[in-house]
Amino acid sequence: MDLKVNSSVATRDERDAVDSVLGKPTQYTQGGQRFEQDLRVSRAGEALRNLRHMLLPTLHAVNDRIGWISRGSINYIAQQLDIAPAEIYGVASFYALFSTTERTMRQVHVCIDLACRAMGGLREDQLPEGTHPSPCLGTCERAPAVLVIEAGNPARHEVLAPATPVQITALAKGAWPDAEATVVSATPQVATDSKNLVLLGRIGKVDPLSISDYQEHGGFDALRKAMQLGATGVIDEVNASGLVGRGGAAFQTGRKWGAVAGQPAFPHYAICNADESEPGTFKDRVIMEGDPFALVEAMIIASFATGCEQGFIYLRGEYPRAIRNVQNAIDESTKHGFLGANILGSGFNFALSIVRGAGAYICGEETAIFNSIEGYRGEPRNKPPFPVEVGVFGKPTLVNNVETLVNVLSIVKDGGAAYAALGTEGSKGRKLFCLSGAVAKPGVYEVEFGITLRQLIELGGGMRNGSTLQAILLGGAAGGFVGPSDLDLPLTMEATRAAGSSLGSGVVMVLDQSVDMVDQLRRIAAFFRDESCGQCVPCRVGTVRQEEIVSRLAKGVQAQDIELLRELGTVMRDASICGLGQTANSAIDSAINKLKVFAQ
Amino acid sequence: MSTQVTTGLQVRRSVQLTIDDQSVTVAEGETILSACRTMGKEIPTLCYGDTITPKNACRVCMVEVEGSRVLVPSCSRKVEPGMVVRTDTERTDHSRKLVLELLGSSVDLSLTKNVARWNTEYGSEPTRFGKPAAPTNHRDEATTGHHHVADGSSVSNVLQPVKIDNELYIRDYSKCIMCYQCVDACGEQWQNTFAIGVAGRGFDIRISTEFNVDLTDSACVYCGNCIQVCPTGALMFTSEHNMRDAGTWKEEEQTQTDTICPYCGVGCALTLHVQDNEIVKVSSPSDHSVTHGNLCIKGRFGFQHVQNRAE
Ligand SMILES: Cc1cc2nc3c(=O)[nH]c(=O)nc-3n(C[C@H](O)[C@H](O)[C@H](O)COP(=O)(O)O)c2cc1C
Ligand code: SF4
Ligand code: SF4
Ligand code: SF4
Ligand code: FES
Ligand code: FES
Repeated sequence: MDLKVNSSVATRDERDAVDSVLGKPTQYTQGGQRFEQDLRVSRAGEALRNLRHMLLPTLHAVNDRIGWISRGSINYIAQQLDIAPAEIYGVASFYALFSTTERTMRQVHVCIDLACRAMGGLREDQLPEGTHPSPCLGTCERAPAVLVIEAGNPARHEVLAPATPVQITALAKGAWPDAEATVVSATPQVATDSKNLVLLGRIGKVDPLSISDYQEHGGFDALRKAMQLGATGVIDEVNASGLVGRGGAAFQTGRKWGAVAGQPAFPHYAICNADESEPGTFKDRVIMEGDPFALVEAMIIASFATGCEQGFIYLRGEYPRAIRNVQNAIDESTKHGFLGANILGSGFNFALSIVRGAGAYICGEETAIFNSIEGYRGEPRNKPPFPVEVGVFGKPTLVNNVETLVNVLSIVKDGGAAYAALGTEGSKGRKLFCLSGAVAKPGVYEVEFGITLRQLIELGGGMRNGSTLQAILLGGAAGGFVGPSDLDLPLTMEATRAAGSSLGSGVVMVLDQSVDMVDQLRRIAAFFRDESCGQCVPCRVGTVRQEEIVSRLAKGVQAQDIELLRELGTVMRDASICGLGQTANSAIDSAINKLKVFAQ
Repeated sequence: MSTQVTTGLQVRRSVQLTIDDQSVTVAEGETILSACRTMGKEIPTLCYGDTITPKNACRVCMVEVEGSRVLVPSCSRKVEPGMVVRTDTERTDHSRKLVLELLGSSVDLSLTKNVARWNTEYGSEPTRFGKPAAPTNHRDEATTGHHHVADGSSVSNVLQPVKIDNELYIRDYSKCIMCYQCVDACGEQWQNTFAIGVAGRGFDIRISTEFNVDLTDSACVYCGNCIQVCPTGALMFTSEHNMRDAGTWKEEEQTQTDTICPYCGVGCALTLHVQDNEIVKVSSPSDHSVTHGNLCIKGRFGFQHVQNRAE
């Protein structure tokens, strides 16, 4: 490729930001100084193209430093990485946290999503000057939530929740939020029920930044046990546990691990899916903030079992505290010999790093993650081939959710059989639920599979004072609604499936009588329209038509519009490339059929 | 189930599968679509082109495959031994009908081949979603991740002014179905120039140069290989565009003459499209084993001198 860049030049700050990731350019063609020999020879090409995965971190660096991504900086990145400016522009314009038009250093992202608007948060048409609407910020237990980003060197990121309209206006005018509420505030069970907690067992008890605290509370015991068991032994235990993925698709974890371990092609990669963006989901954030070493340990075990020498934690860009705490855990673990070469003298080498997301729900789809990590637009890939065979960088790849991975610690320590003894026939073990909305004590709850919706709400202190139940959203925007008559529904995979809903990522969002259900449906439709990657027609256009029809229904119900929605739902489910399009109609469909939201 | 077929010097296994209750044997590596075509079955396709790796983005070619929860894109899915495929069920027809309606209600398909016929065949009525919104000038400035919430009074579409920024070809993205073929032709798969990419997200995705600069400021080398693969008329020779505007474009009166490009020793195959004794555009046979329809600026656009006759 002959790189052609136009005359816009990066400022010193922009160059500095790019260089902070890529190092100073060594030759003229990369934007460096010109020497006489450069007139005759250029060394770039293949070697540079192998750095394509540096594109996303580099874009972050520029966006962090100056608040947006200018023509000059794209030209400079183009030279440094030998990627065409049009390609870089395509990648930069894919992500909501980046901007390709100039904006202020201060960005105030106000959550306008389901839980926040149900809890009195602002709607998109009520936002004060200088703020942006944001999809769910994964802080629903403290709704309404705001994320403030101040570009600079270094950039600052902070969450404020709950946030009042007065506070939001102050943020837009330059105020800075106080330190965030502690993680324990998201796990009310810790105060009453702490001895029964396993997944949440350390939260509030250990300093999440201290590796010695972690080790004093059982940290790295599972890793030592895993190394005794050997790779196959670990996979046997995971198989015996009956654990299935907690990211939404409920695939058997042991089978996936076995498949990756058995791939002849090398290297193998391990990816932790920590992109948690399903509206109403915040469990992974709570684990990463409150017990980040557990995730690191689980990643080491997973990689040991499946033969991966390199791993990535693809972590949502809107989770500043989780990023800080997990990065610290990686650094500390490396310092103490749990990451790096020859871990615990076993001969196993493993390097782990965070890839920071940049505002795209779709990048939680397992193949979209690959493209995002590789520096391409986060569009899902075709399956087959499946990730276990052809994943990131074209190699066998393990993708697991944060909660899935953390479950492995107790499976390894106490054995798969003990884990399988918990729960029900079709849903083994423990599960985290993200309880939000009109309950007394919203937060993440750890339970053994089998309790009913009513019992979970009781665990959360029952309905908030003055609230009566109107509807519950299970599984997030990609899940479905149930009504007050479904309170005795067991929260298991089999029972929710039979009820035409799904547990998805463990969202239980409780909506009371004050919530405008039509407004919720309009928001769900808008969410999918915003988050569709745009690649395939049923989803790209279908989500737009769905939003238009729901808006029309909000003004007056016509039978033919209900029928149109049903037809749309069918083509989206049948013909979309990925799970986003396939589920984009499910919550709306359940609201119409179960809750009779648009009954005439 | 699999036997070996010898094609030339290569040995390719053959695969037996069932399509609409008929057994068929094709070479390994073929797609369901090509298997259907060998049987003489027509499956509608829009984003599929014979020189570009299928992106399977339009989803009009979907078929049912036994054991698959969702429908499967026939243009890209490879045949497997024992596969059981159905091409005309209620589900496949519904998907085709809706995909044609979704595209037809958002994109100008007037120059896309076969669409009118398929609309009749599948009962598509693109107008049933409502009144089309007016064209806009702002598609290139969309904010990623946020849009103005639709009020449902009109149907969003991609209609926009034609981009005319050079003398050789125009870009009429009102007609673009986002098949990604031009991007792949310009970049990785053929030209290796990367002048255009896919920008934005969701309904706001668009084919764009960096920051939507004019082609003359971009890396474009005017090879026209993007025009060659564009299935919708969104990319078009300026000569054709002007004649269509003037109402003088008469495809049925045109002749096509194959010849060899005179400019250099590569000797690419050219097809001259001639109307009223004037060359009105140049294409290149996509099944040519060396060039696959690709040319450079000289072969594609350098035909003016042929027509400089003494008055
Ligand atoms: C649009 C979309 C978004 C997704 N987002 C996430 C996510 O944020 N976190 C996650 O773990 N899984 C997410 N998934 C599911 C993943 O594709 C994948 O199934 C999961 O990460 C596998 O891990 P598990 O087996 O441990 O659940 C998403 C799927 C889709 C279709
Ligand atoms: S279903 Fe939606 S998100 Fe998934 S590939 Fe298609 S357009 Fe992209
Ligand atoms: S004319 Fe050639 S270089 Fe220009 S955009 Fe089209 S394919 Fe790319
Ligand atoms: S311009 Fe043509 S070739 Fe390019 S994506 Fe649009 S329809 Fe496809
Ligand atoms: S943080 Fe606002 S809906 Fe989740
Ligand atoms: S032709 Fe197969 S998906 Fe477009």
